[in-house]
Amino acid sequence: MLSEAGPALMHELSIISSVVESVIDSLEKFPGARVVEVRLKVGALAAVVEDSLQFCYGIATEDTPLAGSRLVVNVLPVRVHCTACGADSEIESLQNFRCSLCGEPASDIRQGREMEIDAIEIEEAEESVKP
Amino acid sequence: MTTRIVELRQGILKKNDELARGLRERFTSSGVLVLNLVSSPGTGKTAFLERTLRLLRERGSRVAALVGDLETDNDARRLAASGAPVRQINTHGICHLEAEMVGKHLEGWDGVDLGQLDYLFIENVGNLVCPSSYDLGERIRVALLSVTEGEDKPLKYPTLFNSADAAVITKMDIAEAVGFEREAAVRNIRAIRPNIRIFETSAKSGSGMEDWLAYLAEEQATRRS
Repeated sequence: MLSEAGPALMHELSIISSVVESVIDSLEKFPGARVVEVRLKVGALAAVVEDSLQFCYGIATEDTPLAGSRLVVNVLPVRVHCTACGADSEIESLQNFRCSLCGEPASDIRQGREMEIDAIEIEEAEESVKP
Repeated sequence: MTTRIVELRQGILKKNDELARGLRERFTSSGVLVLNLVSSPGTGKTAFLERTLRLLRERGSRVAALVGDLETDNDARRLAASGAPVRQINTHGICHLEAEMVGKHLEGWDGVDLGQLDYLFIENVGNLVCPSSYDLGERIRVALLSVTEGEDKPLKYPTLFNSADAAVITKMDIAEAVGFEREAAVRNIRAIRPNIRIFETSAKSGSGMEDWLAYLAEEQATRRS
């Protein structure tokens, strides 16, 4: 069990650590600001588990300006482009990469691999609002 | 107190992606074909790679390998028996290789000059989840699956198999003994990644290795042109 769960959690922890690092970098322009919310966009093919992300987020944000903030994970479904019929469609299952309109196998992924920090919501300190 | 939304719209693994892009440019300009080998622990990546290195060397190709493991340099020592330059990357607990580790281990590697290599193989840490997110600058990602693992493994790990450019089935010499259902395995791989090239190999008997080497030569030739 450990061999399955161990590396997987390790994975989310390293991803969340990258998120925290990037958010802290982006706070340079807003001295004294506190983070309220971090919004991620994660494709269904990105191999990250939201529960694990949430769990790791609590640990990784301790003693940072992100402490106590919310993590919002927006999961994007996988969309493929079909070379047979030309349509873009959402696949019906991650175990079957086919055009959901005509049923042909489709390997041209148009959405679903994303791993992005979309936006953050911050609370600015009054004194930092300067020209 | 005022709150505001700051749009970032940046990749979470931006740092790794940028380093990987740099490596890819370097590999391309050096003319070396770089492959990233990914599988579960115990699939036989090392045995498969050892045979590949040996055969390529016999045919006069210039090859080298980087091998990732959590701990120990056992695999590097096994691979070095092929006569090719091999360097171990110990990740000390990290479950995958990252572009930065690859970049660092290319520095000061005695006797290895990228410009003088035909092939560089990177054997990733045995793991079917995390390596799929980390680009190493490779040109070809190879997913390996052994006949003992169950034909439905590609369905359980779609992310990795979907990100692969080629699939290798290993330990074909014991396929019959373990009741391996070849058709089901091929069907499952293709359900996740239609049209992917699949090689059925045995590092022990050498079966299927000719097809694999022909594919490598083909890819290397496209690389140079």
